[in-house]
Amino acid sequence: MTEVEFHRSRPESRRPLSPHLEIYRPTLTMMMSIAHRITGIALYGGTLLLAWYLIAAASGPGAFETASWFLNSIIGKFILFGFTWALFHHLLGGVRHIIWDAGYGLDDPEREWLAKATLIGGGALTVLVWIIALLRA
Amino acid sequence: MTHDAAPVPGAARTRSLGSAKSGAADAWRMYVTAVALVPLSLAVVWIALSLVGKDYAGARAELAQPCQAIILLLFILAGVAHMKTGMQSIIDDYIHSPHLKEWALVANILFSVGLGAASIFAALKLGLSVGP
Repeated sequence: MTEVEFHRSRPESRRPLSPHLEIYRPTLTMMMSIAHRITGIALYGGTLLLAWYLIAAASGPGAFETASWFLNSIIGKFILFGFTWALFHHLLGGVRHIIWDAGYGLDDPEREWLAKATLIGGGALTVLVWIIALLRA
Repeated sequence: MTHDAAPVPGAARTRSLGSAKSGAADAWRMYVTAVALVPLSLAVVWIALSLVGKDYAGARAELAQPCQAIILLLFILAGVAHMKTGMQSIIDDYIHSPHLKEWALVANILFSVGLGAASIFAALKLGLSVGP
Protein backbone atom coordinates (compact mmCIF):
# COMPACT_ATOMS: atom_id res chain seq x y z
CA MET A 1 0.00 0.00 0.00
CA THR A 2 1.44 3.37 -0.96
CA GLU A 3 1.51 6.38 1.30
CA VAL A 4 -1.36 8.02 -0.63
CA GLU A 5 -3.59 4.93 -0.49
CA PHE A 6 -2.87 4.56 3.21
CA HIS A 7 -3.96 8.12 3.90
CA ARG A 8 -7.05 7.71 1.70
CA SER A 9 -8.10 4.57 3.54
CA ARG A 10 -7.54 6.07 7.00
CA PRO A 11 -9.01 9.57 7.06
CA GLU A 12 -8.19 9.97 10.77
CA SER A 13 -4.46 9.78 9.92
CA ARG A 14 -4.78 13.02 7.89
CA ARG A 15 -5.60 15.01 11.00
CA PRO A 16 -3.11 17.84 11.53
CA LEU A 17 -0.29 16.95 13.89
CA SER A 18 1.28 19.30 16.37
CA PRO A 19 4.50 20.52 14.72
CA HIS A 20 7.65 18.96 16.08
CA LEU A 21 10.56 20.94 17.49
CA GLU A 22 12.66 20.76 14.30
CA ILE A 23 9.94 22.60 12.33
CA TYR A 24 10.55 25.84 14.20
CA ARG A 25 13.37 28.32 13.63
CA PRO A 26 15.45 28.23 16.84
CA THR A 27 14.85 31.23 19.09
CA LEU A 28 16.51 32.27 22.34
CA THR A 29 13.40 31.69 24.49
CA MET A 30 12.99 28.22 22.94
CA MET A 31 16.62 27.32 23.67
CA MET A 32 16.22 28.62 27.23
CA SER A 33 13.17 26.41 27.69
CA ILE A 34 15.15 23.36 26.55
CA ALA A 35 18.11 24.40 28.73
CA HIS A 36 15.78 24.69 31.72
CA ARG A 37 14.76 21.05 31.36
CA ILE A 38 18.32 19.83 30.66
CA THR A 39 19.72 21.68 33.71
CA GLY A 40 16.82 20.24 35.73
CA ILE A 41 17.81 16.71 34.68
CA ALA A 42 21.48 17.47 35.45
CA LEU A 43 20.57 18.75 38.92
CA TYR A 44 18.47 15.60 39.47
CA GLY A 45 21.57 13.46 38.91
CA GLY A 46 23.82 15.90 40.77
CA THR A 47 21.84 15.51 43.98
CA LEU A 48 23.63 12.15 44.37
CA LEU A 49 26.87 14.08 44.88
CA LEU A 50 25.35 16.35 47.56
CA ALA A 51 23.74 13.36 49.30
CA TRP A 52 27.08 11.52 49.19
CA TYR A 53 28.85 14.45 50.88
CA LEU A 54 26.17 14.72 53.61
CA ILE A 55 26.06 10.96 54.28
CA ALA A 56 29.88 10.80 54.31
CA ALA A 57 30.09 13.68 56.80
CA ALA A 58 27.49 11.94 58.99
CA SER A 59 29.28 8.57 58.71
CA GLY A 60 32.79 9.36 59.96
CA PRO A 61 36.29 10.66 59.14
CA GLY A 62 37.14 7.85 56.67
CA ALA A 63 34.03 8.32 54.50
CA PHE A 64 34.42 12.11 54.71
CA GLU A 65 38.05 11.92 53.51
CA THR A 66 37.00 9.86 50.47
CA ALA A 67 34.17 12.26 49.56
CA SER A 68 36.25 15.42 49.96
CA TRP A 69 39.17 13.83 48.08
CA PHE A 70 36.84 13.23 45.12
CA LEU A 71 35.20 16.68 45.30
CA ASN A 72 38.64 18.35 45.42
CA SER A 73 39.98 16.34 42.46
CA ILE A 74 39.99 17.79 38.93
CA ILE A 75 36.98 15.67 37.91
CA GLY A 76 35.17 16.50 41.14
CA LYS A 77 35.76 20.24 40.69
CA PHE A 78 34.63 20.02 37.05
CA ILE A 79 31.37 18.29 38.07
CA LEU A 80 30.82 20.77 40.92
CA PHE A 81 31.40 23.70 38.55
CA GLY A 82 28.84 22.26 36.13
CA PHE A 83 26.44 21.66 39.03
CA THR A 84 26.87 25.28 40.20
CA TRP A 85 26.10 26.62 36.72
CA ALA A 86 23.12 24.28 36.27
CA LEU A 87 21.81 25.36 39.70
CA PHE A 88 22.02 29.11 38.99
CA HIS A 89 20.73 28.77 35.42
CA HIS A 90 17.78 26.68 36.62
CA LEU A 91 17.22 28.96 39.63
CA LEU A 92 17.00 32.10 37.49
CA GLY A 93 14.91 30.19 34.93
CA GLY A 94 12.55 29.34 37.80
CA VAL A 95 12.38 33.00 38.85
CA ARG A 96 11.47 33.76 35.23
CA HIS A 97 8.64 31.22 35.44
CA ILE A 98 7.42 32.79 38.71
CA ILE A 99 7.38 36.22 36.99
CA TRP A 100 5.42 34.73 34.06
CA ASP A 101 2.97 33.02 36.44
CA ALA A 102 2.31 36.42 38.01
CA GLY A 103 1.35 37.61 34.51
CA TYR A 104 4.39 39.78 33.71
CA GLY A 105 7.19 39.62 31.16
CA LEU A 106 5.38 37.58 28.52
CA ASP A 107 5.42 40.21 25.74
CA ASP A 108 8.06 40.72 23.08
CA PRO A 109 10.75 42.98 24.47
CA GLU A 110 10.39 41.74 28.08
CA ARG A 111 10.61 38.01 27.39
CA GLU A 112 13.77 38.43 25.27
CA TRP A 113 15.28 40.65 27.94
CA LEU A 114 14.41 38.10 30.65
CA ALA A 115 15.97 35.27 28.62
CA LYS A 116 19.22 37.21 28.21
CA ALA A 117 19.24 38.21 31.89
CA THR A 118 18.81 34.55 32.90
CA LEU A 119 21.63 33.43 30.62
CA ILE A 120 24.08 36.15 31.70
CA GLY A 121 23.01 36.07 35.36
CA GLY A 122 23.51 32.30 35.62
CA GLY A 123 27.04 32.56 34.25
CA ALA A 124 27.93 35.60 36.38
CA LEU A 125 26.70 34.04 39.65
CA THR A 126 28.60 30.81 38.87
CA VAL A 127 31.85 32.73 38.31
CA LEU A 128 31.26 34.82 41.46
CA VAL A 129 30.68 31.75 43.67
CA TRP A 130 33.78 30.03 42.27
CA ILE A 131 35.96 33.08 42.83
CA ILE A 132 34.82 33.09 46.49
CA ALA A 133 35.34 29.30 46.74
CA LEU A 134 38.86 29.41 45.26
CA LEU A 135 39.83 32.33 47.52
CA ARG A 136 38.67 30.34 50.55
CA ALA A 137 40.31 27.04 49.53
CA MET B 1 -6.83 19.60 44.11
CA THR B 2 -8.79 22.28 45.92
CA HIS B 3 -6.86 25.45 45.11
CA ASP B 4 -9.51 27.53 43.40
CA ALA B 5 -7.36 30.64 43.66
CA ALA B 6 -4.15 29.00 42.42
CA PRO B 7 -1.78 31.70 41.11
CA VAL B 8 -0.77 29.47 38.18
CA PRO B 9 -2.72 30.82 35.17
CA GLY B 10 -5.49 28.49 34.10
CA ALA B 11 -4.85 26.13 37.00
CA ALA B 12 -8.47 26.17 38.13
CA ARG B 13 -9.75 25.47 34.62
CA THR B 14 -7.32 22.61 33.89
CA ARG B 15 -8.18 20.71 37.04
CA SER B 16 -8.26 16.97 36.24
CA LEU B 17 -7.34 17.63 32.60
CA GLY B 18 -3.52 17.51 32.57
CA SER B 19 -1.60 15.06 30.36
CA ALA B 20 -0.97 12.92 33.45
CA LYS B 21 -4.71 13.16 34.34
CA SER B 22 -3.78 14.57 37.70
CA GLY B 23 -5.10 18.08 37.22
CA ALA B 24 -3.32 21.14 38.50
CA ALA B 25 -1.82 19.50 41.61
CA ASP B 26 1.60 19.05 39.95
CA ALA B 27 1.70 22.62 38.62
CA TRP B 28 0.80 23.90 42.07
CA ARG B 29 3.46 21.73 43.79
CA MET B 30 6.13 22.87 41.29
CA TYR B 31 5.14 26.50 41.91
CA VAL B 32 5.24 26.30 45.74
CA THR B 33 8.53 24.33 45.86
CA ALA B 34 10.10 26.65 43.25
CA VAL B 35 9.27 29.72 45.35
CA ALA B 36 10.68 28.00 48.47
CA LEU B 37 13.83 26.85 46.66
CA VAL B 38 14.87 30.34 45.55
CA PRO B 39 16.01 31.47 49.05
CA LEU B 40 16.79 27.90 50.19
CA SER B 41 19.24 27.09 47.39
CA LEU B 42 20.99 30.46 47.85
CA ALA B 43 21.34 29.61 51.57
CA VAL B 44 22.69 26.13 50.72
CA VAL B 45 25.26 27.68 48.34
CA TRP B 46 26.26 29.91 51.27
CA ILE B 47 26.65 26.85 53.54
CA ALA B 48 28.61 25.02 50.83
CA LEU B 49 30.98 27.99 50.52
CA SER B 50 31.53 27.97 54.28
CA LEU B 51 32.52 24.27 54.03
CA VAL B 52 35.22 24.91 51.39
CA GLY B 53 38.64 23.98 52.75
CA LYS B 54 37.25 22.67 56.06
CA ASP B 55 38.49 19.36 57.50
CA TYR B 56 36.22 16.70 59.05
CA ALA B 57 35.94 18.39 62.48
CA GLY B 58 35.34 21.80 60.90
CA ALA B 59 32.65 20.48 58.55
CA ARG B 60 30.93 18.61 61.42
CA ALA B 61 30.94 21.74 63.58
CA GLU B 62 29.46 23.81 60.75
CA LEU B 63 26.70 21.28 59.93
CA ALA B 64 25.84 20.85 63.63
CA GLN B 65 24.64 24.48 63.83
CA PRO B 66 20.82 24.65 64.17
CA CYS B 67 20.32 27.21 61.37
CA GLN B 68 22.44 25.21 58.90
CA ALA B 69 20.64 21.96 59.82
CA ILE B 70 17.18 23.52 59.46
CA ILE B 71 18.07 25.11 56.09
CA LEU B 72 19.44 21.75 54.87
CA LEU B 73 16.30 19.88 55.96
CA LEU B 74 13.97 22.40 54.30
CA PHE B 75 16.14 22.33 51.15
CA ILE B 76 16.01 18.52 51.01
CA LEU B 77 12.21 18.44 51.52
CA ALA B 78 11.45 21.12 48.92
CA GLY B 79 14.18 19.90 46.55
CA VAL B 80 13.05 16.27 46.55
CA ALA B 81 9.39 17.23 45.96
CA HIS B 82 10.46 19.61 43.15
CA MET B 83 12.76 17.13 41.39
CA LYS B 84 10.30 14.24 41.71
CA THR B 85 7.44 16.25 40.19
CA GLY B 86 9.69 17.82 37.55
CA MET B 87 11.10 14.48 36.42
CA GLN B 88 7.56 13.06 36.39
CA SER B 89 6.43 15.71 33.90
CA ILE B 90 9.51 15.04 31.74
CA ILE B 91 8.68 11.30 31.74
CA ASP B 92 5.03 12.08 30.91
CA ASP B 93 6.13 14.29 28.01
CA TYR B 94 8.85 12.19 26.37
CA ILE B 95 8.38 8.50 27.20
CA HIS B 96 5.51 7.15 25.13
CA SER B 97 5.78 3.38 25.63
CA PRO B 98 3.27 2.58 28.43
CA HIS B 99 5.47 -0.10 30.02
CA LEU B 100 8.63 1.97 29.97
CA LYS B 101 6.67 4.97 31.25
CA GLU B 102 5.35 2.98 34.19
CA TRP B 103 8.82 1.73 35.11
CA ALA B 104 10.30 5.21 34.74
CA LEU B 105 7.61 6.71 36.99
CA VAL B 106 8.24 4.01 39.62
CA ALA B 107 12.03 4.46 39.39
CA ASN B 108 11.62 8.24 39.76
CA ILE B 109 9.56 7.88 42.93
CA LEU B 110 11.90 5.29 44.46
CA PHE B 111 15.00 7.36 43.63
CA SER B 112 13.52 10.60 44.99
CA VAL B 113 12.12 9.06 48.18
CA GLY B 114 15.31 7.04 48.79
CA LEU B 115 17.58 10.04 48.24
CA GLY B 116 15.33 12.20 50.42
CA ALA B 117 15.22 9.69 53.29
CA ALA B 118 19.00 9.17 53.23
CA SER B 119 19.72 12.92 53.07
CA ILE B 120 17.23 13.75 55.85
CA PHE B 121 18.74 11.06 58.07
CA ALA B 122 22.27 12.40 57.42
CA ALA B 123 21.25 16.04 58.03
CA LEU B 124 19.46 15.08 61.29
CA LYS B 125 22.45 13.04 62.48
CA LEU B 126 24.80 15.94 61.70
CA GLY B 127 22.48 18.52 63.29
CA LEU B 128 21.76 16.52 66.45
CA SER B 129 25.34 15.37 67.05
CA VAL B 130 27.13 16.75 70.10
CA GLY B 131 30.61 16.45 68.64
CA PRO B 132 32.46 14.58 65.89
